[in-house]
Amino acid sequence: MFTTIRQEMERELIFVNVFETIIEYKSGYLSGVGTTVSLSLLGVLVGVILGIVLVLMRISSIKPLRWISVTYIEVFRGTPLLVQLFIVYFGLSEYGISTSMFGAGLIAVSMNSAAYLAEIFRAGIQGVDRGQAEAARSLGMGRAMTFRHIVMPQAFRSVLPAIGNEFVTIIKETSIVSVIGLADLMFETNIIRSKTYTALAPLLGAAFFYFIMTFTLSKGIVALERKLNKDDRN
Amino acid sequence: MIETRELHKSFGKNEILKGIDLRIDKGEVVVIIGPSGSGKSTLLRCLNLLEVPTAGDVVFEGEVINRKKHNMNKTREKMGMVFQSFNLFPHMTVLENITISPIKVKKMNKEEANAIAMDLLQKVGLADKAASYPSQLSGGQKQRIAIARALAMQPHVMLFDEPTSALDPEMVGEVLGVMKGLAESGMTMAIVTHEMGFAREVGDRIIFMDGGVIVEQGSPEQIFGSPQHERTKDFLGKVL
Repeated sequence: MFTTIRQEMERELIFVNVFETIIEYKSGYLSGVGTTVSLSLLGVLVGVILGIVLVLMRISSIKPLRWISVTYIEVFRGTPLLVQLFIVYFGLSEYGISTSMFGAGLIAVSMNSAAYLAEIFRAGIQGVDRGQAEAARSLGMGRAMTFRHIVMPQAFRSVLPAIGNEFVTIIKETSIVSVIGLADLMFETNIIRSKTYTALAPLLGAAFFYFIMTFTLSKGIVALERKLNKDDRN
Repeated sequence: MIETRELHKSFGKNEILKGIDLRIDKGEVVVIIGPSGSGKSTLLRCLNLLEVPTAGDVVFEGEVINRKKHNMNKTREKMGMVFQSFNLFPHMTVLENITISPIKVKKMNKEEANAIAMDLLQKVGLADKAASYPSQLSGGQKQRIAIARALAMQPHVMLFDEPTSALDPEMVGEVLGVMKGLAESGMTMAIVTHEMGFAREVGDRIIFMDGGVIVEQGSPEQIFGSPQHERTKDFLGKVL
């Protein structure tokens, strides 16, 4: 009888409840946040580097490189991240290639995001007016120098919002690594669920932490955009 | 100084240049005129290989430059180009626009490059705009900066591709003024333009192109005073 009333009160005071859950299990949440943040940051870093390699291959004049890049991009965009993760973690271990959970998560997340980032970069590069490269070449700059000093800075600036979106997506999608047992924010949340025998409050707590991460990031990107756009474009 | 021999250029099946033999001597100001689509811009862009000729040779300072093994970047350092659409780098200040190539390509130190740039800005009358970004400038100012940027590489020849066509009428004068000063200083120049008055005043030689060939060439007096070909007369009748 008393428990029933108490449960009802708890349901009505769900926000108090979420708050209490966060306070009580903050070490669990924070350790999960730590894993999620490091996985996302490293994933983005590797993804950006790999994405740049892919886009350079994609726009190169050597056809086989273009084909490899296009195939990679299509395959990784056309299959679920979950499948890619399972292939890396479970599939490859059958052939003696075993990785840690974090390693598998990092490989899957960065290879997946590289495909999306490469397409974003390509749109940016193609959006830079041809006259810019022509002017640079006419001043004696080589292809690489033109790309590095003239095309890339302008392309980067124009695709910054899209890159920001992709980073936010990566943070959210890393939650999928909890299914292979990597102790990220989602995995810790499931532990809290089983400890408290409740679902809503721990999950809202998880949503709160994810939101803090993505919100901070998008605000950071907006600030960076503003900084870069000080000098307007013609 | 620059010479083209039997120069042909096609885009797909569309032949734009049909065998151009042109010679520009040191210190000469050559103005190329003709109707739109006559191939004059393409010819100019072939001179520094922004367009690669389909057949024929481009010779610069005694060297055939349209060969695969030729280092075109080195040659382009000596050929300044000014575009219709300015093509200033929007992410750099005026000063950086002018100094990037001397610093990165010629490995000049920054102080020296800045000094040269400021001197050039003085000459084009825009020393006070060194710290501005291109978006803060008018069209005429942008084009004068573009000229200064090309000059910073200390080129042996300057190519102008319709430098005033994108400008509001009241700004044409300031750009032509800078070009005139440059011509008087002895710079070798090849200019594609629709400004007939300017062509007449500044040109040492006028070249009239139509349909991918040089129809007629000669001194400004000859071309504007007594054109020989029907097509030249027809064109000048329309634009003068």
